Amino acid sequence: MPAALVNVAAKAKRGAVIEIKTLMSHVMEPGYRHTAAGEIVPRDIITSVTCKFNGSEIFRADLFPAIAANPFLSFFTTVSESGRFEFEWIGDNGFVATASAAITVE
Amino acid sequence: MESMFAQRHISRRHLLQLAGTAAAMPALPLITVRPAQATPAMLASAIRNLVGEAKVNVGKIQLDIPPLVENGNTVPMTVSVDHPMTPEAHVKSIHVFNEKNPQPNVANFHLTPSAGRAQVTTRIRLADTQKVVAIARLSDGTFWSASVDVIVTLAACTEEMP
Repeated sequence: MPAALVNVAAKAKRGAVIEIKTLMSHVMEPGYRHTAAGEIVPRDIITSVTCKFNGSEIFRADLFPAIAANPFLSFFTTVSESGRFEFEWIGDNGFVATASAAITVE
Repeated sequence: MESMFAQRHISRRHLLQLAGTAAAMPALPLITVRPAQATPAMLASAIRNLVGEAKVNVGKIQLDIPPLVENGNTVPMTVSVDHPMTPEAHVKSIHVFNEKNPQPNVANFHLTPSAGRAQVTTRIRLADTQKVVAIARLSDGTFWSASVDVIVTLAACTEEMP
């Protein structure tokens, strides 16, 4: 089971710009490494990370093998209403993981 | 200076690999194949794919990476664009490229005006001492870039599996 860590403030003032941090456990095998026997280790990476707020997309990242293992992402958003952030990670070999976080706007 | 550094780096790695291979399986031919590497030309064509015929201006965007990296497997990187984030004028996307990893793309970040601040942080891999380039696409269709030269002492991506 993949482990996701999402860090979002539980409360914020209306109109504030807040930081969102996400961390997903994943090997991010780049597909360019060889075993000692000379075989290529097949690629296994996360290719896309999406963040939606109340159903509409606010941030999306396309990842490539040059992203380090256990991809960490931090980005910003303006909050204007209370709601729920939904995160989705999609990768090779049918990898899908989701997480969510609620925020109360005062 | 840079080429000398690279040369020493390669030969030391080859030597170690050769020694390892020879010790483990003496039947194998003593040749190691250097993995395919992106070239500055691939970097240029990846950027061309993004911007088309548009002019890429220098400025507005800032790329923060340590100039000297000990371990290329995880390199903290922050890109930020000094630009308002309003529906009329905002940063649509930020694209990061490198010169010498096996492929030129690092990441694409797609932003919306609601982001409030055009800044993204992540951790990347660098397979060699090289240049990293970030390009921002603004809502008015212009492109802005920044590049940083990074010295890497332990390369990522292409080492042998233990």
